[in-house]
This record gives sequence, structure tokens and C-alpha cells, in this order.
Amino acid sequence: MNKRNEKPRTLKSVLRIPYEMAQGPAWTHFFEGFKQKKILGTKCNECGRVLIPARPFCPRCFEPMEEWVEVAQEGTIVTWSYVNYTYFGVTADMIPQVPVTVKLDGTDCGWWGGLIGGFDVKNFDLVNKKVKVGGRIKAVWRDKVEGNMYDIDHWEIIK
Amino acid sequence: MGRMGRAVAVIGTGQTKHGRRDDVSYPDLVREAIQAVFEDAGITIQDVDAIVYGSMPSMMEGVAFNHFYMADALRAVGKPLLRTETCGSTGQSIAQTGIYWVASGMADIVLVVGSEKQHEGDAQATMMTIPDKITLPMVGGAPVAFSMQSREWMGYFNIDEAKAREAAAIVSVDCHDGGLNNPLAHIQMKVTKEEVMNAKIITYPVRLLDVCPSSDGACAVLFASKDKARKICKKPAWVKGMGFRGEEYYTGDSNKAVWQSTIGAAQEAYKQAGITDPRKELDVAEIYNPFTYHELMFMECLGLCPPGEAPDYVIDGVFSPDGELPCNPSGGVLCTNCIGATGLIRLAEAARQVTGKAGPMQVEGAKLALSHAMGGLEQFNAVTIIGSKL
Ligand SMILES: [Zn+2]
Repeated sequence: MNKRNEKPRTLKSVLRIPYEMAQGPAWTHFFEGFKQKKILGTKCNECGRVLIPARPFCPRCFEPMEEWVEVAQEGTIVTWSYVNYTYFGVTADMIPQVPVTVKLDGTDCGWWGGLIGGFDVKNFDLVNKKVKVGGRIKAVWRDKVEGNMYDIDHWEIIK
Repeated sequence: MGRMGRAVAVIGTGQTKHGRRDDVSYPDLVREAIQAVFEDAGITIQDVDAIVYGSMPSMMEGVAFNHFYMADALRAVGKPLLRTETCGSTGQSIAQTGIYWVASGMADIVLVVGSEKQHEGDAQATMMTIPDKITLPMVGGAPVAFSMQSREWMGYFNIDEAKAREAAAIVSVDCHDGGLNNPLAHIQMKVTKEEVMNAKIITYPVRLLDVCPSSDGACAVLFASKDKARKICKKPAWVKGMGFRGEEYYTGDSNKAVWQSTIGAAQEAYKQAGITDPRKELDVAEIYNPFTYHELMFMECLGLCPPGEAPDYVIDGVFSPDGELPCNPSGGVLCTNCIGATGLIRLAEAARQVTGKAGPMQVEGAKLALSHAMGGLEQFNAVTIIGSKL
């Protein structure tokens, strides 16, 4: 196909695009709760479910979720993984890391909301011994909270 | 849902050589699949009424509205052109869009094309924009999301870790053997169970040889009405049924071990195809398996074995090449993942199987085949059943 013996070139390029994403009243209040180290869920008056992150409306009933409920900061592990590769936004010094989905007491959903910590999570054998589906964890907040998803520093294993 | 409208046939398929394709531009790559599909069907662009195209989100390869970038390569100039995208299930979604078009009677022959050139961008960076940045900023990377699902499934059914590990290794060995039979596959290498089980952990329980490659490639399929198909094509394949289901946004809202959108899409497709016992009635299945553990979960949700028992069935060889229902004889997504094309490749391979055109990958006497794909973190599932008889 290429009779000219030229190695086909590639063009290297980077795009940077800024955004400004509206958080709406429900997520705004949810993160105001974080500023007081509280986890606030919303309750649906149709199906009775309490969901986090807080929702403006129930995904199943389509009704507004206007009742706020403070939920426990402890819960049960639904699933976890041990991430041992880097990808966009995750640098070599950040891995291995252990993301977790937790079902907090008083809620009706799992919440993929952060990483397990509080011990040497880079040690896989230790992680696989300590972290269990069905095991119990609790939120450990950062000292300085800013009202965003990074305010929970990590989830700590409790017996 | 339920009625299929007019009967729809597959009258041709075409694929590129998949792999790292920086030898050609993106439109050049798409043109390769277009040439192949017209050669296979023995018709020209003049016979085509409309075109459907899809890929991952445009930002994946740095050109927005890439169906415009592809317009000439797609031969879409002066024709109706639709773009459909649902992430990993894009290939199935564009097929179903084309099928709707023919089934409705609004078009007689539709060209459906899916493509990806993963090496031109940062696929994982694009995928990190699939969840929102407000409430799910740290949810990223397909391997992470899919491994979380796998661990949930193992935990929910209390599946022995070693047993799941062995079954996933068998899936990897079978797929890599399939890839060796597929001259177009990206990955062509022999692996052993031991190599898979001892490979480097990527996202536990997933190890390196449980993971698909990032591929460049394209696939094109021509769909036709019954009358046109009978005139043009000696041996068409037929669309017997199709299903598509969406899922809630937040991953934790529902259980992924019993994955409702997969189950719903499969049940809808089976109902239309008149299938009541899929494992017995299907002859071959092309299941979306970018990760081996995913295939195990999908075997269950597609109703090919009871929930929680896929590892037992796989270890018994039920889904291996000589088993009751061979899965992914093409090597599957595990050997080739040009994402926008991936779901369409599943359908193309299903059509080649039921028309006896699958070459070294051929499952002897295959008459009824399943194709499947999943997209988003978990939000979309699609199933299309292809058969040799109308
Ligand atoms: Zn509700």
C-alpha cells in the first residue's frame, strides 16, 4: 500500500476543556452535610427507600425525595477490588488501592464511595485476609473537610 | 415490545484486521471494513438506503462527531445517516438501530458500521467521564468497575475463590485458543491455565490474562429485508430476536450478581426467537467478555446456566469448544476490543457461524447463535439472536 517507504506519522495533541457542573439543591445539601462530617440520605415517601448519595428524586418512583435522613457512618461491604494499575488521574504512588462499595446502616443501597485504608493496603495478602464481602467498615473523615467526595479519607475495617 | 415488524436478514459482514493500526488513518481503517462488507455481500453502495454508525464517545479519539470524519469512508454522502452510541454495547445498539430501520419498512438495505481506534486516545480517561464528577469522581477505569461487579457476584453467591479463579482461567485459555483460529483477532497467543492464574493482579480478582486488549478496528454489517435478501444473497442469516435494557445510574442501587438489564435483554430476545431453553437450543454464543469473570456472570444472567453456577459449568467444559454450547469461538472481546465495533463483531461472528462461513472458528452445524454486549459502567445490555432459518 505504501510504495514510498515512508513510515506513516502520528500527530500528538492534548485537549484541555473546562467545565462548570451544576450540583442542584440535593447534592448541594448532601455536601453541606459532609462539612459537618454527617452523611445525609434522602427518603422516598412512595417506596420508603433511603438512598445515598442524596437524590433529588426516586429513580424508581420518580417522586421528589424531600425527606432528609442522617444515616450511620458504619456499614457492610458489598464488594471491593485491589487496583494495581495506573490509569488517567491515578499515578504510581497511589496504587495499589482498595475501592469499596458499602451498604451503610439505615440505607437501602450500596455506595461506591471511596477507598479502604488504615492499614498497609499495598500488601495484597493482608488485604485479602482483612477485606471481606459482608465485613464491616466505618468512615474516617479528613481533618479539614471541604464538602466534596474526598472528605471521607478512607473506610476503616471494624470487627 | 414483542413483535419484530418485517423480517430482517444479515446479507454480509466485513471486518478489518484488528490490532495496533497506526499504519492507517481512522477513515482509512473504516474504509477497510466497508470494502470487506461489500465484497462479502456482492452489492454496491447504490443498493444501500441508509447508514448507521457508532463508536465510543467522540472524545475517545480526539475528533468530535466522528461520523462526519468518516462520512466519505462510510459512503454516507447523500444518504440518511444515524449515529447511535451506548459505550461498550454500541455495536449491538447500532445493529438494532439498523434492524429497526429495515423492520419498520422505512429502508430495505441498511449498512451498519462500528469502529474504534483506541491507540489514538486515552480510553480510560474518556471512560472516567462516564460517571459524573460530582458524586462519583473516584469511580474510574473499566477494569475497576468490572472487577467490583465480579467480586460482588462471588460474594453474593458465596462462590469459592479458587473455583471462580479456575473457571475464569479456562475462559481465558479457550478464548486465546479461539483467537489463534481467528486471523483478524488482535491477540494471537497460546496461554495455559497456570499462566492465567499466576499473572500479575490488575484489579483483583482480575489478572493480566483476564483482560482484553485495547484494539483498533472496524466492523460493518449489511441488513436487508426478506425480499431483498432472497434476491441478493444465497445464504442469508436471519435476525430471530433482540432485546435491549437500560439500568439505574448508581451502581449500588441494584445487585450486579443478578444483573437485571442483562436478564431483561436476554429474556426479550429469547421470547421473540421462541427460545425457552437457551443452553440446549443455541449452538454457539458470542458473549461480551472484556474480562473473563464478566463472561462467567453473563453466562448466568443470559440464562445459559443457573445463577451462581457458571464456574461449575465452565469447569465441566459445557462452554468450551467441544462442550454443549461453545462460547466465543472467535476469541471474543478478550482477544479483540475495538469498542464501538465490539458488539457488532459479536453479531457478525454469530451470522458467520449460522451460515457456515466461520472458517477455522466454525462450530459444526451451528444454526442458532447468540450475540451480546454490555455498555457503560453497567447501564446497558443488548442481546441479538441470529439464526440460519427465517
Ligand atoms: Zn421510591
